[in-house]
Amino acid sequence: MIRRDARAFWLFVGPFLLGLAVFAYLPIGWSAYLSFFDARNTVTPTEFVGLDNYGHMLTDGPFLASLGTFSVFAAFIVPLTFVLSLALALAVNQLRFARAFFRSVFFLPFACSYVVASLIWKTSLFSGVRYGLANTVLGFFGADPVAWTGTVDPPLYWIVLVTARLWLQLGFYMILFIAALQRIPEQLYEAAWLDGAKPGWQVFRHITLPQLRATAVAVLLLNLINAYQAFDEFYNIMGDARGYPPFARPPLVYLYYTSLGSGGQDLGRGSAGAVILALIIALVTLLQGRVLRFGRPA
Amino acid sequence: MQWNRRSFLTLTGLGAVGVAAGACGSNTGREGGTSLAQWYHAYGEDGVQEAVRRYAAEYPGGAEVEVSWNPGDYDSKIVTALQNSAVPDVFEAQVKIDWVRRNQVVPLDDLIDGVRDDFSPAVLAAQTVEGKVYGIPQATDTQVLFYRSSLLQAAGVQPPQTVDELVDAAAKLTRDGVKGLFAGNDGGVGVLTGPLLWSAGLDYLKDNREVGFDDPRAATALGKLRTLNANGSLLIGAPADWSDPGALIDGLAAMQWTGLWNVPKIQAALGDDFGILPFPGLDAGGAPSVPVGAYGAMVNAKSAHVEEAKAFVKWLWLDQVDRQLEFATGFGFHLPSRQSLVARATGLAAGPAAEAADYVRDHGHLVGGPVWTQQSNTALSDAVARIAKEGADPVAQTRTAVEVAKAELKRLFG
Repeated sequence: MIRRDARAFWLFVGPFLLGLAVFAYLPIGWSAYLSFFDARNTVTPTEFVGLDNYGHMLTDGPFLASLGTFSVFAAFIVPLTFVLSLALALAVNQLRFARAFFRSVFFLPFACSYVVASLIWKTSLFSGVRYGLANTVLGFFGADPVAWTGTVDPPLYWIVLVTARLWLQLGFYMILFIAALQRIPEQLYEAAWLDGAKPGWQVFRHITLPQLRATAVAVLLLNLINAYQAFDEFYNIMGDARGYPPFARPPLVYLYYTSLGSGGQDLGRGSAGAVILALIIALVTLLQGRVLRFGRPA
Repeated sequence: MQWNRRSFLTLTGLGAVGVAAGACGSNTGREGGTSLAQWYHAYGEDGVQEAVRRYAAEYPGGAEVEVSWNPGDYDSKIVTALQNSAVPDVFEAQVKIDWVRRNQVVPLDDLIDGVRDDFSPAVLAAQTVEGKVYGIPQATDTQVLFYRSSLLQAAGVQPPQTVDELVDAAAKLTRDGVKGLFAGNDGGVGVLTGPLLWSAGLDYLKDNREVGFDDPRAATALGKLRTLNANGSLLIGAPADWSDPGALIDGLAAMQWTGLWNVPKIQAALGDDFGILPFPGLDAGGAPSVPVGAYGAMVNAKSAHVEEAKAFVKWLWLDQVDRQLEFATGFGFHLPSRQSLVARATGLAAGPAAEAADYVRDHGHLVGGPVWTQQSNTALSDAVARIAKEGADPVAQTRTAVEVAKAELKRLFG
């Protein structure tokens, strides 16, 4: 019986583990190895350079600037996603009719490809010509067309980048919050009403929000990690065949151009940057988890 | 047949084995013969793919040539493939010095020696590293300034002959919902950096050993892009980028910097209502210019069939002049890379294409070149973007790019 169970276990889990080892752990390990070598245009380098690549990346202006870009993006996207997905969850959860319909409507964008959404945002909604949707609306008020992705002062491109990601991910976090809302015992609300709590903000502040703490912390952690990993919408909205502007260049886009850029590939420095970024994400996640008391009872 | 878990697993297992076996056997070519994999990027013109597949099928040299058409980021794909893969055997690209240093491509001097002088020097320079040729140029592309003649007349603007006149013309042509100039959605950073340096008599590199823009005039020239971006005369955020003629054809901009390959589409849409110019000189001390770009047919050093691949490259890109002429001029406007073929191309005998051929001959410049590395390019591109978009100090930004380019030259040549 045990042997049969073990066989079934390996039959179903084995391919997944194999895929994980080949496509995740091996590249991560190889990348860490490359980071200690001069690995220009090769994945089998021979020239050991120690920590030189790390030293370069930690003093490299564009890489450090890309971390600054990420910080701006995270400052926008994390709180906005948190507040709006929670608001959506509360609104949809209170619906008496068509709740499943609205849940699906808000969740559906999550199934959309980031690339497709980025191209729609770039070429239809926020194109700089007079017939782009945003410019058409502005035109009703007599305003001139705005170059949304090319205007740096003020940095209007953030509107394009942030709204694209909000549209894509709000539904996912809304579902997490709805699941958490539905797990709050009804008796808590009844007890609060009996104790005289006013429906609305008071109940939300003292009953709902504390009960959502575990989910809220998870949403914040996932959001921040996702912000660090921003690539698709940035690359497809801001980049073109000739390159990528230095403003709004997040870490992964910079590392992509360093490691896999056309013409020359510096896999040593790119890998060092990837290791640094992974360590930063791990550190920030651990700190955030500790500060927000992730995984501990309320 | 009754379906149960066992029969399902058996069938899917057999299916997987079959697919794997099929995949293993799908790329062996003719039995006993040699199979060569040839990669192209995805050309935009109709008919090119069919033509190159036909050339491959007609190769009489004994090897079967399988053509792969690669949409998307082809240049990155090639660089990745070259690292440790024997595939492709033959591919189109512009050589980079790091590829030569890593022994990723083979020199082709023995193929080209008899006809070397027939290639335009700038076109051959794109494929040459330290005196050796690594790619046989297939066709030459260039970019020029297209303008709508009627819009210039209506605004009382003459075709610009200097950079200041271009800036002035773009401003005057910006009216009635039409922008003066479109040079890419990045505000010209990608495509005008080279022309601006050349306009001042400078270049990316000098003799491939010195930085070519370590000069105060570089900051002056690059600063003109800031004026264009700041005065609202550039079209930014067009649905299609600079390489597509949509902005000019759709009346979004009165002038557009784009490729010669768009002449047929522009002619079809505008008739004779357009003209072309090279990028103007900065001033009396500068010069007009057009960029020259040419993919060359190259051979992967890790190929198991280097000699067969070289034989195919020689057959197609050196011996088959009629096919080369068709490849360059049969599907869009490109210039044959061999000067003797330019004279034979009837489509290039008059009109804008003939003018462009003259521009390439008289004012053609290589964009970057084999020694211009990714690191140098990113540094210069970042500097120009900051100057143009953020109004950063051109002198300080240019100095930063110069230092990075110097460091790269030091890495390469000590």
